[in-house]
Amino acid sequence: MSAPTYDLGKLHGGLRLQSHKAVSTAQPIREVPVPSQLILPIEQHVGQPAQPVVGVGERVLKGQLIAEPDGELGAPVHASSSGTIVAIERWPVSRRNGDKAPCIVIECDGKDEALQTTPVEDYTSRTPAELLLRILDGGIVGLGGAVFPTAQKLMQARTCDTEFLILNGVECEPYISCDDVLMRERAPEILSGAQVLMHALQVETCFVVVESDKPEAIARLGEVLAELNDKRIVLKLVPTIYPSGGEDQLVQLVTNREVPSGGLPTDVGCIVQNVGTAAAVHDWILRNEPLISRVTTITGDGVASPVNIRARIGTPIEEVIQFAGGYTDKVRHLIIGGPMTGKSVTTDEVPLVKASNCVLAVSARPFAGNELPCIRCGDCAAVCPVQLLPQQLHWYSCADDEVKLREFGLTDCIECGCCDLVCPSHIPLTADFRTAKGRIREMADEKARAERARQRFEARNQRLVQEQEERDAELARQKESAKSAGPAAIAEILKRKQQAQEDDST
Amino acid sequence: MRFERSEAPYWSAETNVASLMLQVLAALVPAAIAHVWFFGPGFVFNLLVAGIFAIAGEAFMMWVRGRPPETALADYSALVTAALLAFALPSLTPWWVTATGALFGVVVAKHLYGGLGFNIFNPAMAGYVVILVTFPKHLNLWVAPSMGDIDYQHLTIIQTLVFTLTGNLPDALTFDAVSRATPLDVMKTGLNNMATATEIRANPVIGDFGGRGWEWIGNFLAIGGFWLLIKKAIRWQIPVGVGVGLLGPATIMVLIDPGTSPGPGFHLFAGASIICAFFIATDPVSAATSNRGRFIYGLGIGFLIWCIRRWGSYADGVAFAVLIMNMAVPAIDYLTRPRIVGHSSEESRDG
Repeated sequence: MSAPTYDLGKLHGGLRLQSHKAVSTAQPIREVPVPSQLILPIEQHVGQPAQPVVGVGERVLKGQLIAEPDGELGAPVHASSSGTIVAIERWPVSRRNGDKAPCIVIECDGKDEALQTTPVEDYTSRTPAELLLRILDGGIVGLGGAVFPTAQKLMQARTCDTEFLILNGVECEPYISCDDVLMRERAPEILSGAQVLMHALQVETCFVVVESDKPEAIARLGEVLAELNDKRIVLKLVPTIYPSGGEDQLVQLVTNREVPSGGLPTDVGCIVQNVGTAAAVHDWILRNEPLISRVTTITGDGVASPVNIRARIGTPIEEVIQFAGGYTDKVRHLIIGGPMTGKSVTTDEVPLVKASNCVLAVSARPFAGNELPCIRCGDCAAVCPVQLLPQQLHWYSCADDEVKLREFGLTDCIECGCCDLVCPSHIPLTADFRTAKGRIREMADEKARAERARQRFEARNQRLVQEQEERDAELARQKESAKSAGPAAIAEILKRKQQAQEDDST
Repeated sequence: MRFERSEAPYWSAETNVASLMLQVLAALVPAAIAHVWFFGPGFVFNLLVAGIFAIAGEAFMMWVRGRPPETALADYSALVTAALLAFALPSLTPWWVTATGALFGVVVAKHLYGGLGFNIFNPAMAGYVVILVTFPKHLNLWVAPSMGDIDYQHLTIIQTLVFTLTGNLPDALTFDAVSRATPLDVMKTGLNNMATATEIRANPVIGDFGGRGWEWIGNFLAIGGFWLLIKKAIRWQIPVGVGVGLLGPATIMVLIDPGTSPGPGFHLFAGASIICAFFIATDPVSAATSNRGRFIYGLGIGFLIWCIRRWGSYADGVAFAVLIMNMAVPAIDYLTRPRIVGHSSEESRDG
């Protein structure tokens, strides 16, 4: 067994947060039964929404492709169970905070009949390129919450000098424990997925990185690694500090390399994949099971019995909550994702999607709305993992000073929320920065639009000038040819003109 | 089921501004007791006058600015200003002098710049400097510490109160009888009169290091300061910066020219060095904001204190040093931005 080794890099700032994880890890992952209706948003990844390839009334089987990828960053969507398509309509979704977006609705028949699949091939006999295309077909996206299409991420890494595959089992955000229980229960699948990924990437080193507060997961991974005896895979522990599981932060911790501003981990020879994604790759490549279910933590003081569940993608959150014993009286907010970066939704009609690593039902938050002016104490700067000065960014975002905001690194902000948690004035810094980023993007779009309009206007002017010149030239040519044609031709032209006038007047 | 929408992160800090300010006030309590012990009950009256006027000024300005006065009063920052001002004043100070300082600090230096968080200058020091230049006579009247062997006429509580309210001493007493030059004054006058530092140290107001009585107050201020450090209400950069800036040149000069240079111990324990390092310079609003910037800010204050004490015409230079460095804060902040992770160091410097 490869001994756990400690990190080399060091993260600036960060927070030691109360984990609140034990409540949901007490029992094993429980399977949520297939619901009567599945709601599958066609946009469950960062790129262009997928295009539906099924029609209303059509019967689909479990694992059947129902929407195909569109655009460079596309990912397909598969039916999570068998049934009939009853609607393709707009439905509340979590990525829009409970506002509506196009979804494919399946009325399940309860048979859970799977698609007849081709026999599993030995992936090692395939070329990396073939394997990558195969992964694309599985609808696999980053399951840590960012939902970047996995195949495209791997393809990008193939074009770079990638040395290390980093499997992210850090799960630093409080309350969330789905990766922890997954590592405890499905360590062999995760590591097998890592081997598939290594073959696809043609890299020789894989770090499996786990936070030190998950002893059971570490022990289990250690055991499986010992059985596997694959020297290329190394287990690494990192200290329990939020946000060490952020992609760039993890690269910094594990390799002591900084991902350049605006760049990708591949710029420093790394690619990061969530452990859940690795397991999904295993399920697809070795079992022909596309991404149609995921493990999710249902927790918070707003649910009766917190638990980790495996549910089909598309299961309404309402039903998942019922499975965890329903709400308590305290519940005020429903958050999809963790308490630091999750999305607050207005309704529990939203379905569980590929991004949903956690469903957090919580009571009212203390201090909300009691904002005081910034006293520049600098606690925010002390905890910022990117070493920004949030107190200065706050100042410039109040002043709407775009130049200064850029200069002080607003675009480098990872929105981890650490600054909010130490602010004695209770200023919603992260939310303000998100808004300011949006404004900067808008302004950039506005500029681009104005530039396009200017170009169009200039092109039109140029075209008009050119047309005028062409007309003038044509006229001159005609005059010239008329002259050279002699009096007979002129008489002919005049006669024709007269004829035309008479025609007009009659 | 419907839910209220909210914005990530869904947790808030457990600390708040009010508790920070209360910690600062609590850290001043031991030194306040020592102050009363050595210099009489005048401190309490000054604190009351400063407190009342600071709070009244804050409430009035909030009302004028059309904001709820109670939010400003609930953060206790006006009380911290009042307490720091009270520590800067001689125990015999007429109320109108104290009131002028407190009102100037809160109304002009704080609220006319936008209130808490927006003031460029440290309100307590701005108020102090205004009364220092408008009422110089009153601010030099330090009573001698009540230590057995110092020839000193004590005022009773009533007599002190009468002085605070009227500015009049009991008929039988003169200012000369109740007041003594401060240790820093003694040192400055002595050096101007060509006495050596060693000779001056023989004066009974000067103790083991700095001034007698003052040393003890300094000790209690330092205890309070270390408590704030442990509580993380303040960070080490500013106190250490002030210490290095003040004691560094003092140490060098005492090695080069011991005859005319008081040593680092004297500089530390005479005057307001310790309260400056832990309580005044650490006011976050008017200080530099990055860690490196804070060290430089403290260093500047310490060095300026030393310069003013050595060459200036004022005996102590804490208030001036702090205000001057307040002015330098925007430049310090701009030049000491930390390198953002993922940027090269040149990139960050040029922006």
